[in-house]
Amino acid sequence: MTTNLVIDPVLSDQQQAQLFAEIEQGLPLVAQPYLAIAQQLNISEEQVLTTIDAWQQQGLIWRFGLVVRHRKLGYDANAMVVWNIEDSEVERVANILAQASVVTLCYQRPRVLPGWPYNLFCMIHGKSREQVLGQLADICQRHQLDKFDKNVLFSTKAYKQRGGRYSASVIKE
Amino acid sequence: MELAIEFDSLSQQIINTYQRGFPLCSRPFLQLATEFNVSEQEVIDCLERLKAQQVLSRLGPVFNHMQAGASTLAAIAAPVDKMNQIAAIINKSPQVNHNYAREHDYNLWFVVTAATESELTQAIKDIELAIGYPILVLPMERSYHIDLSFKVCFKPLAQEVANDH
Repeated sequence: MTTNLVIDPVLSDQQQAQLFAEIEQGLPLVAQPYLAIAQQLNISEEQVLTTIDAWQQQGLIWRFGLVVRHRKLGYDANAMVVWNIEDSEVERVANILAQASVVTLCYQRPRVLPGWPYNLFCMIHGKSREQVLGQLADICQRHQLDKFDKNVLFSTKAYKQRGGRYSASVIKE
Repeated sequence: MELAIEFDSLSQQIINTYQRGFPLCSRPFLQLATEFNVSEQEVIDCLERLKAQQVLSRLGPVFNHMQAGASTLAAIAAPVDKMNQIAAIINKSPQVNHNYAREHDYNLWFVVTAATESELTQAIKDIELAIGYPILVLPMERSYHIDLSFKVCFKPLAQEVANDH
């Protein structure tokens, strides 16, 4: 048995980059996943836990848990709804959309004229196309959004779907 | 058409409870096991099964990409008969994560991530060069919705309904 009298030091930048790269690929499904990662990186389990906790506190991590594929859960219809909203109105409309329970993401992006006039994007996942269109119509009617120009882009195929790899270049060094 | 997978009660509970707030402790699966009144091994087996069924992409963090590095949504208008071929070239880039076909003139939509803005710009240039079509670059300017979790409406299990009586 060991008594941990020494407080583990904060990880170096290099160690943090390694931990970041390790966990962004997902935890191993073993009884002590954080220990497994710690052993691989030659740091302590406590350091892994406190660093992840700190990242959560700092907002670097949105959420920590299961990342699921909507399609495999029967949510086959995935619509990206794009809107062309006057700049003075975009914040108000975005907040309405963001609060709708069926909207999973809501982002403002630049227009790229002349080909792309849309500056607000939201995602709606549903079990069918009809369900998604119904939910969208419902939001528009309830909040008088029908006057805005919009377009609904259903996805027809997922060529690739995985978590972002932000750390690729950090690790090469 | 692919048949929907039937999810047992443990899968349903884990999926709808732990898309966020996964325990940070030495034996996290044991904590779930205690909560759901099963064994630690049953929890691990359940997650292994979800992974094998490709329902579970991974168990871990979703980073705030504004803080974690640089990323952008991107799109191209590919000739319809070349979509698969062009999508395959885009997928070769390790910096592309999501890549979807969508119903619009801009028919291929993908997300590019990198450690820094300059690496992101370079990655986009490289892809543009490889595919030979201009890329519409649409970085996020503001997020109005924090992706916390997605409530899945499961069909009630026939067996469970029976067991209730």
